[in-house]
Amino acid sequence: MSEHTFARASHLSEMEAESIHILRETVAEFANPVMLYSIGKDSQVLLHLARKAFHPAPLPFPLLHVDTTWKFRDMYAFRDAFVARHGLRLIIHRNQRALAEGINPFDHGSQKYTHAMKTQALLEALAAHGFDAAFGGARRDEEKSRAKERVFSFRDRHGQWDPRRQRPELWNLFNGRVDAGESMRVFPLSNWTELDVWHYVLRERIPVVPLYFAAERPVIDRGGTLLMVDDERMRLRPGEKPELRRVRFRTLGCYPLSGAIESSATTVETVIHEMVNARQSERQGRLIDHDEEGSMELKKREGYF
Amino acid sequence: MDTGLQQLLDQHAARELLRLVVVGSVDDGKSTLIGRLLYECDGLFEDQISAVRKASAKRAAAVSVPSEVLVQGLKAAAGADEEELDFSLFTDGLRAEREQGITIDVAYRYLSTARRKVIVADTPGHIQYTRNMATGASTADAAVILVDARLGVLPQTRRHAYIASLLGIPYLAVAVNKMDLTGFDRDTFERIGTELVDFAHALGFEGVRLFPVSASRGDNITRPSARTPWHEGGTLLAWLESLPHQRRQDDAPFRFPVQYVLRPHQDYRGLAGQIASGTVRVGDEIQVHPSGRRTRVAGIDTFDGPLEEAASPASVTLRLADEVDASRGDVLAHVDQAPLSLHQLDAMLVWFGEQPLDCSRRYLVKQASRTAPAHIERVLWRKELADLSEQPAESLSLNDIGRVRVVCRRPLLTDPYRDNRRTGAFIIIDALTHDTVGAGMVLGPVEDSAKGEVASSLVTQPERRGRLGQPGAIVLLPATPDASSRAFQLERRLFDLGWHVATAPGDVEVALALAAAGLVALVHSDTPQTRRALRADARDAGAAWLELEASEDLEQHLDQILTLREAAR
Repeated sequence: MSEHTFARASHLSEMEAESIHILRETVAEFANPVMLYSIGKDSQVLLHLARKAFHPAPLPFPLLHVDTTWKFRDMYAFRDAFVARHGLRLIIHRNQRALAEGINPFDHGSQKYTHAMKTQALLEALAAHGFDAAFGGARRDEEKSRAKERVFSFRDRHGQWDPRRQRPELWNLFNGRVDAGESMRVFPLSNWTELDVWHYVLRERIPVVPLYFAAERPVIDRGGTLLMVDDERMRLRPGEKPELRRVRFRTLGCYPLSGAIESSATTVETVIHEMVNARQSERQGRLIDHDEEGSMELKKREGYF
Repeated sequence: MDTGLQQLLDQHAARELLRLVVVGSVDDGKSTLIGRLLYECDGLFEDQISAVRKASAKRAAAVSVPSEVLVQGLKAAAGADEEELDFSLFTDGLRAEREQGITIDVAYRYLSTARRKVIVADTPGHIQYTRNMATGASTADAAVILVDARLGVLPQTRRHAYIASLLGIPYLAVAVNKMDLTGFDRDTFERIGTELVDFAHALGFEGVRLFPVSASRGDNITRPSARTPWHEGGTLLAWLESLPHQRRQDDAPFRFPVQYVLRPHQDYRGLAGQIASGTVRVGDEIQVHPSGRRTRVAGIDTFDGPLEEAASPASVTLRLADEVDASRGDVLAHVDQAPLSLHQLDAMLVWFGEQPLDCSRRYLVKQASRTAPAHIERVLWRKELADLSEQPAESLSLNDIGRVRVVCRRPLLTDPYRDNRRTGAFIIIDALTHDTVGAGMVLGPVEDSAKGEVASSLVTQPERRGRLGQPGAIVLLPATPDASSRAFQLERRLFDLGWHVATAPGDVEVALALAAAGLVALVHSDTPQTRRALRADARDAGAAWLELEASEDLEQHLDQILTLREAAR
């Protein structure tokens, strides 16, 4: 792929410029920002844009990984190698109380588990460090309630989102005023689609976790969802037996809650090709989105990203 | 890589961005139209479609329904395929929206055509949420306005068309919807069309096009309809693809609002920002506003390497040839193309606040990268949207639009909105609640300043300095818990030494007024926003400025302040 082709890429370049503007605007207006880092492709793109925005200076904020302890092993390995290579400041936060209580996705169901290990853990971490702005890689094309999300999304003292009280957001003028204790979630990738993200990964040669590419992996088929057996903690139901299948992931979360798809795409190019022909949405493999209609909106109101 | 894939990647990469806003009154079918566009442009996935299929059935089965919907429900039961889908469910994403069957908040959708990536702002039609319509329209290159064929042009339709024109959208499509419910009657279509087209031309749109459509059945959206053989205007999608790419700003005067200063080490000082308009080259002679200092562009830096030239809307970092003072809120421009620098200006304003505009209240104006305390001196008139007349008004209420006079304490570096949508736009923030309460578009300097009016103080700063024997100055104390008692101790010591001094908690306006009156103002504040505003405002006002270090003790602070008087001599 020639550089020349991409130099003229109009919409990607325009969105890159827009995202960099948002990143700089946040750092200029807030005292203590942080970037949520979930190790997924969107996080990688966001981080890449941030490095562009502040080059040649180092990132003026740390990364925060809210660790549920149930991520894929490949994700932890990738995270540690990437952070070390680029000398990034990384804060890892786990909900210690929930860990001590043994909260896990099997016994407690995806809702309780997500609330404790993700939402609660995130709110704890933001409060503990006094962060007044937190970048997230969420995109509006992911889910219907995300489509309603502002770029600068105001949160009250309890980290909660009220969709009826969002600030109007016009032009590229973002209102970053908050009082003590209040905070802002900032989404520089709001206008990107899944396809844009992959095109940008290709164009910028951004490294991503190998789980996004097809390989033989041990999986079980649970009610049509392909779950990968990543370690010995996976609870198999009677009759379930892991078998090797050629799969990859479109979205990465906790391994017991992330569905794989059968695929032969082993490069970014073939992933894009496959996606253009795909007939299922990215979040279809996310079990936590489907608890009930409006499920994401409810989680967001409570403080989930 | 095979050539088919290469072509696919190239095709996607070459797509241009188009921002579209879809507007109309309640129940005109906006959500349905957008759902249909997504569906037919393959912007939806099977699991999303099946989720909507389930919800459609659930909704159809629930509660009492008008007969019209019942007929559709019966059709669905009879197994009709896509007509059973409630397309609005693809877009109305909030629970309250689904419960009430209306769109509350603006939402953004994304679709790809062969030539375009389209960002669609799906906006509420209900009068209560007009502000969200303006939000969607602020960045749009084109607007689609829906009219219910059975109801014709409504007051809200005219209001939306007016707002779209006010926000500078050049292209407008009128989709006369629900044509299926009028039997695709050509006369109805033309009657509505003529009325709206005349109105739209009066508003100054560059291009207006009309489409007879049925959003629920898919006529003339992406496929020409056999039921409107008399319509020669093509489909809505073809129109979207045919629009010229959003007006590039490469040829406009160069504007670079400084967003953030990058200073990784002593030898590097870069001004980061997004080029609002125009083009800049290395070596260009430029001027920093508002200071007026001139210098040259020494380098255009990016992560991917240095550039010789950069144009809007690129986000870049500029290095200047000289060590001139330039920071967030300043604007760089070519020497012969200065922006307006306005303390007072006339603007069009769309009011969003639940509380009406209050001329005695303090607001903040955010324009480009600058935030300035401001007040609205007066409302010149309010637009009566029913007949587009200008009505005298004291204030503006929620969703009102009017012409106002804004007075800012720091000058805005701006252009008229009609010349530059980036630098001519501003938002109004309530200083107390932090809500965004208004959106403004700069018209220009105030037009009718009264003759003989005194514009500034008749006493000069050197005169004050001579009388008081000291310069007016702002001294900012470090943000420590004992800042206030330390300020009082310093005040006492300075007073005993014969200084004219006062202590003020972190109020920017008070500090500036004290310094302007020739006093030394000892100011303390622990909020970063106030500290930043103090620095910026003192700089713009040309006030002497001193910031004390937390590491120093009282005696060291005193010594530092005493140097102010020496410096003034």
